[in-house]
Amino acid sequence: MSLFRAETRRLAKRRFIRLFALGTLLVLAAIVTGMFLSHHQPSPALLARAQVEADQGYEIALRQAARETANCRAAQGTAAARDYPPCDQIYQPARADFRAGWNLPPAFDFRAEFGFLVTTLAALLAVMAYVIGATCVGAEWSSGGMMNLLLWRPRRLEVLGTKLAALLAGLAAFTVVVSALWTALFALTAQLRGTLAGMTAGAWQSVVLMELRGLVLVLVAGAIGFGLASLGRHTATALGAAIGAIIVLQFGLANVLSMAKAPYVEAYLAPVWVQAWLDKSAVATDWESCDYSSTQGCAATTITLTWPMAGGVLAVVTLLVVGAAMWTMCSRDIT
Amino acid sequence: MSAVLEIQGLRKTYRSRRGVRRALDGFDMAVEAGQVHGFLGPNGSGKTTTLRTLLGLIKADGGRMSLLGRAVPQALPEVAGQVGAIVESPQFFGNFSARDTLSLLADAGGVPQSRVAEVLELVGLRDRAGERVKTYSLGLKQRLAVGSALLKNPRLLILDEPANGLDPGGIREMRTLMRTLAGSGMTVLLSSHILGEIQLICDSVTIISAGRRVAAGTVADVLARHATSAVRVRVESVADLTSSAGALREIGARVSVEPDHLVVGGIAQPGAITRTLAARGIYVSELAPVAVDLESVFLELTGTTPVEGEHRQVDQSTATPAVHGGWGQ
Ligand SMILES: Nc1ncnc2c1ncn2[C@@H]1O[C@H](COP(=O)(O)OP(=O)(O)O)[C@@H](O)[C@H]1O
Ligand SMILES: [Mg+2]
Repeated sequence: MSLFRAETRRLAKRRFIRLFALGTLLVLAAIVTGMFLSHHQPSPALLARAQVEADQGYEIALRQAARETANCRAAQGTAAARDYPPCDQIYQPARADFRAGWNLPPAFDFRAEFGFLVTTLAALLAVMAYVIGATCVGAEWSSGGMMNLLLWRPRRLEVLGTKLAALLAGLAAFTVVVSALWTALFALTAQLRGTLAGMTAGAWQSVVLMELRGLVLVLVAGAIGFGLASLGRHTATALGAAIGAIIVLQFGLANVLSMAKAPYVEAYLAPVWVQAWLDKSAVATDWESCDYSSTQGCAATTITLTWPMAGGVLAVVTLLVVGAAMWTMCSRDIT
Repeated sequence: MSAVLEIQGLRKTYRSRRGVRRALDGFDMAVEAGQVHGFLGPNGSGKTTTLRTLLGLIKADGGRMSLLGRAVPQALPEVAGQVGAIVESPQFFGNFSARDTLSLLADAGGVPQSRVAEVLELVGLRDRAGERVKTYSLGLKQRLAVGSALLKNPRLLILDEPANGLDPGGIREMRTLMRTLAGSGMTVLLSSHILGEIQLICDSVTIISAGRRVAAGTVADVLARHATSAVRVRVESVADLTSSAGALREIGARVSVEPDHLVVGGIAQPGAITRTLAARGIYVSELAPVAVDLESVFLELTGTTPVEGEHRQVDQSTATPAVHGGWGQ
């Protein structure tokens, strides 16, 4: 227990970790502020102004149509007539084409929009977790602190395991608090500048479940960053691996696969799996296929990636990376 | 007296993509309780490798080791609390202060936090304990490292080249500290290539060369056993030096020819020298024991005596007959 306390203290003392967490919080705060400022409750004053704008638009359009028609008529019989369609076919605006609602600033519809915001939060926190996970063990290795610690605690698995546990505990606490704030702030935004309509108990439950899946994603990212940095004994290993994976495995692979006309290209790419995990399902399409039906014509076949599948993939990758880190920790010479 | 540290037949071979290097080749060592023990050897002779293996940082390829009477590395978790150690140059996370560094170690090792201030005082870092370690000079880091080893108030203190980077005052303080600690019953193992240090503060020494023990015992023993036999021999005519050397080598002496005299070793009775030379009609004008210090013993045993006009390379040793373990073996 004393080792766990030392490791949590070490995490909290690291300036880089504090700054990185703070930076993430600032980005999140900017998103909240932006969303708040760009949405408005449809107040009577706003409605009235929107109605005026709609009326004005209608008037302008009417005048323009009348002018066009007059020009058209005047041009009949001259060479310029070729520039006009038959004069009675010129568009005549209708009242219904100018709705007041269109001139209203948008209102924040919590039920429709919050899902995407949970995904945003999970993605940002996962990136943060990856970097923090990498630096918390990478800096220990490269500074020699790890060797020092092993002179105090010769049980290597215990040391690495406790470091990982402290990291995950810290990330979990941070994510839970930030998710709660995130939800509360957007619920408030909906209250003040939109609507919470449709947020039944069931809808809230699915929001909470989605946030829990987001928490798992954050922990997985932290553990993978930790594992890679420990394998390479340097923070840069994990960051390099991430960049390499994005460039080679994602852009490169996507290109090669689409050139090779492989079916279900998206299924090889990480974002789809993340999406499947958070949104409970995602669809990959075989663009070359043709499911012919007489009514619809050609329809491409698709496969649906479900969240249990995505969860399995996340679990396997995490186990592989963390397992490899633990195994090398036990077997390597520390010099 | 009981051995606090025992090593028998320790072997370690480093394998890397660039080859294989035999760093330890059947090394033995024993350190008695309550002593300050010097661990001497030239650069690259295997001192750090020995300490790393002992402390479980690297795995040995063979041999037996024990610390405080328990076989390691098996019993390391139980004895680690009583063994304070620094290995190689001190390394700490640069952005933490000395106080934070020690405080975190104290937490990890279950040592009360009050010990941190005591240790900072002991190694003279009290007034600079709040500064970041990366702003420290090598000597300050070395002090911090010694402090971290002392933190658990160990029964056995292992220090790898602790005098590195210390100023003369610091070295003397370190010496006093070692003596005080040993006086309080702590056993201290000190690796070094600075011989004056060892001669001044150590009760006993182990000398390592190319991964093997070449001498061990109290400083006086080692000096007596390995160098008193050397004598300086002058003969009446300098022209006879070469033939004298030849004659003495025939009776099994180790002879080095200097401009105006010979240094002769490996002879039990100096009388044999006069007898042999007299038999050839060469008369000895001076026969004097060479005053020895640990340095010359060290140089002789490890075969690292500088030779004029040559640049000795590390790992190059004239004394050890077979030089084991070059890259690519
Ligand atoms: N990690 C390593 N990989 C390969 N060779 C090593 C490694 N560490 C040390 N060595 C080699 O082993 C020998 C002994 O090194 P070391 O124990 O550090 O010597 P010392 O501490 O006595 O100066 C040296 O020749 C050194 O180059
Ligand atoms: Mg060394």
